[in-house]
Amino acid sequence: MLWEILLLLMIVIAGTGGELCISRTMKTVGEVRDFSPINLFRVIVRAMHVGWMWIGLLLSIVAFLALLGALSIENVSFVVPVTAISYAAGTLGGKIFLGERVSLQRWAGVALVCIGVTLVFLGRK
Amino acid sequence: MKSSTGLYSKTFLLILLMVTFGPLGNALLSKGMKHIGTVTIRTFPDLLHILHQVFISGVIWLGMLSLMMFFVSYMLVLSWADYSYVQPASAFAYGVVALWGHFLLHETVTPTRWLGVLIICVGVFVVGYTHPRTTGHK
Repeated sequence: MLWEILLLLMIVIAGTGGELCISRTMKTVGEVRDFSPINLFRVIVRAMHVGWMWIGLLLSIVAFLALLGALSIENVSFVVPVTAISYAAGTLGGKIFLGERVSLQRWAGVALVCIGVTLVFLGRK
Repeated sequence: MKSSTGLYSKTFLLILLMVTFGPLGNALLSKGMKHIGTVTIRTFPDLLHILHQVFISGVIWLGMLSLMMFFVSYMLVLSWADYSYVQPASAFAYGVVALWGHFLLHETVTPTRWLGVLIICVGVFVVGYTHPRTTGHK
């Protein structure tokens, strides 16, 4: 049970951390307006020159490996919905780490996600 | 009018692909990992052994291929559709993953878990209908 909770925490924390780092990188790179393959390649090269991108990729790999570990123990209909808690972690991280202004409606949505995740947890056999 | 219909059709198609391939990828990863067995890593050779088993599993490769299809669909749809339009649609993936789990993997999904999945979908939908950009970009 402890190992299971640890893996779920790793999915949420490393996954959200990875997305926040990649989001921070893309804010540094700037908005992509030209979607031609050559420009997309340039965007990727520019992103690879930002340190946050590498931290983001490393955290994403950790989250993926933790997902594989969790799926070896628990049902997919349990693991994937529980990881929705990353919406709460992401909102909190976005507010603290990226200075985003979170509206009351978004907090309400996050609260519903948390209630749903709690029910999924309680609904275990 | 015709181009507007085309835009709706291709957006619907791509979102359908996302909602199909994302949960299917997770279900296949689950099937592959269940076949490998419970992962316990105590030493570095244990980790290498597990990674080797992951790499030789055809079902896991299918799962990764399916997740790649999801990711490509996601990137493509975001090239023309608003993030705030696409994100709520992705909420249904939580419901679909429970369906794949139930029908493909024969998992027991309790009524409480179904209710939780439904509330998660509503929550993500509410989050998706907030303004997608709150920082000071032009």
